[in-house]
Amino acid sequence: MQVYLDNNATTMVDPLVVEVMLPFFSEIYGNPNSLHKIGTASHPAISKAIDQVYTALNAADADDIVFTSCATESNNWVLQSVFIDHVLNSDKNHIVTTEVEHPSILSTCKFLEEQGVKVTYLPVNGQGVVEAETVKAFITDKTALVSVMWASNETGMINPIAEIGEICKEKGVLFHSDAVQAVGKIPVDLQSVHVDFVSMSAHKFHGPKGVGALYIKNSQALSPLMHGGEHMGGRRSGTLNVPGIVGMGKAIELATTNIEETSAKIRVKRDRLEDAILELSDTFVVGDRDNRTPNTILISIRGVEGEGMLWDLNNGQIGASTGSACASEDLEANTVMLAIGADNELAHTGIRLSLSRFTTDSEVDYTITHFKDAVARLRAISSSFAIQKPTEGGEVQECELHHH
Amino acid sequence: MAKDDLLGASLWDAYSNKVTTLMNNPQHQGEIFEGEAEKRGNKLIVADFGAESCGDAVRLYWEIDPKTDIIIDSKFKSFGCGTAIASSDVMTELCIGKTVQEAVKITNIDVEFALRDDPETPAVPPQKMHCSVMAYDVIKKAAGLYIGVDAESFEEEIIVCECARVSLTTLQEVIKLNDLTTIEQITDYTKAGGFCKSCIRPGGHEKREYYLVDILADTRKEMDEEKMKAAADAGGSANFEDMTLVQQIKAIDAEIDESIRQFLVMDGGDMEVIDIKSSDEYIDVYIRYLGACNGCASSSTGTLYAIESTLKEKLSKKIRVLPI
Repeated sequence: MQVYLDNNATTMVDPLVVEVMLPFFSEIYGNPNSLHKIGTASHPAISKAIDQVYTALNAADADDIVFTSCATESNNWVLQSVFIDHVLNSDKNHIVTTEVEHPSILSTCKFLEEQGVKVTYLPVNGQGVVEAETVKAFITDKTALVSVMWASNETGMINPIAEIGEICKEKGVLFHSDAVQAVGKIPVDLQSVHVDFVSMSAHKFHGPKGVGALYIKNSQALSPLMHGGEHMGGRRSGTLNVPGIVGMGKAIELATTNIEETSAKIRVKRDRLEDAILELSDTFVVGDRDNRTPNTILISIRGVEGEGMLWDLNNGQIGASTGSACASEDLEANTVMLAIGADNELAHTGIRLSLSRFTTDSEVDYTITHFKDAVARLRAISSSFAIQKPTEGGEVQECELHHH
Repeated sequence: MAKDDLLGASLWDAYSNKVTTLMNNPQHQGEIFEGEAEKRGNKLIVADFGAESCGDAVRLYWEIDPKTDIIIDSKFKSFGCGTAIASSDVMTELCIGKTVQEAVKITNIDVEFALRDDPETPAVPPQKMHCSVMAYDVIKKAAGLYIGVDAESFEEEIIVCECARVSLTTLQEVIKLNDLTTIEQITDYTKAGGFCKSCIRPGGHEKREYYLVDILADTRKEMDEEKMKAAADAGGSANFEDMTLVQQIKAIDAEIDESIRQFLVMDGGDMEVIDIKSSDEYIDVYIRYLGACNGCASSSTGTLYAIESTLKEKLSKKIRVLPI
């Protein structure tokens, strides 16, 4: 059995989504911008996809939802264009974000810092959540934008977006949220919260890769990132990715119709898996389940290094993820893991399991067995569980190796 | 960046088969207990290196025959990734049968080499060399405990890059000999900084005493100083055109003092060098006349010609003297 528990990285495209996409490769392939009917033949399908996305997010007709290539593009667009519109061409110079954002936010912020923008990276609490009061405390009259992710890719923890939205509205500051991990996992209702810009990506909710969107409240001004042929009403140029857009529409419809019911089912499996793993001694999971996306577990297993654990799970045909420093190119501990704290151990022992609506009960059972076997094997090798004490003078007094 | 770098390599694909085999089934994993070793009349040494909170930790066990100093048996326990476990395993294997004095000569490079499937292909990707360094460090620690000396005393030189075992003196020599100016060049020439990258600059995976950026800056500074000193020592015999501006002004002043100033002073005048501008074709020396020379008819004809031809003859044919 092969088990995929890395759905926060990407998801399987739902076969129903593939089905609606197929005609738009070799049958209805015209450019939607063309005047002839071979081009315009795709218009009904694109319109439908637009409707599906607006409905799924309860966006108002006055809002724009612009298709992009991915959430990385959407995030870059907001940050770079807010810089151009409100820093270069206005009198603001400050952005507020968090330490736990996706690299497409953090790296772009670092880039903007090089251009002279001041960026405040807010910490998270022990639950991995950014507190609304913290956001409020750091907004100044120079703040151009607040950017806080809706839910965390690593922990699944959900930030108080409604509260932060109210604060931003009151202070007159633009508010952006990277909702990549929220859309399709938890209800996102854009008329019940105040958010100016929202990023999303289809491949996180069983849609295709290479298509995402940016929600822009009230169709407000935001300089384009992509200049060109005036597609998407001039907001985002580039020939429309018709199969991608059609697929994204279907995928978001499937993911959000009866979302409470679907996520409750996922949560039952998630909780069962989590409870079973927590039976192991010296383990802990980050964050309260009620304030977490229903598919995500970030667990620390004392004495078992994350990459080693991933290795054993992989040998058992289970795909998961780790924030372990050892598994990264530069051996640097994952900044998100460090931001959450937990004595740095999480940075080396954290394993992320992320389920989907396609995860089955037998896959959960299989994972429980293999997970426990892997922990048993690796703990038998681990120095953390060795019995014989070191020779006098052979102990390690403190972390001799690393600066963090 | 080029075609081969567009798709990032898979970390695990870069592990040798031997690393994979030993990670899946380490041969020397386990413990040796004090009582057991004593019963056999042997001495047990147990040394730790690293800690779980650091990301990797290893505990090395040596059962040593006190009469011969031979390591009869060795085991390990490791908190770490696949390469850490495989490196620890091969380390214990390399220790068994050696005397403590021989074992301490095992380096991380030996450990990594023992993990290779074929001698030409590295066993682990560059950033994972760090794991084999831990094996080397824990051996030194165990040997220090047995012999009763500090682990540091086994190092004969200052090692800047532990992954590639490159010493401070080697780095300084290579920078000087090859006139290296960038970190990338240092890595190409010595391999230092090509692995876990901790030694490149502060803030990496590991805190280091020496960093390549500082060594490069210091060595370059030293080289510049040496070059200037050499030029100064060479004095008049050095090529005027290659001198620094300050050296050129000094050389001109010296020449004026030697063969020109006395004649000007005799007539109640003097001169000073204001500036020098060099182009491919000319070296223009701007001077100002002082005292009686100022306004003297000869100052733009005969005197000027005398100054220019003296400097041309003594220093460089490219010199033009321009009074302002």
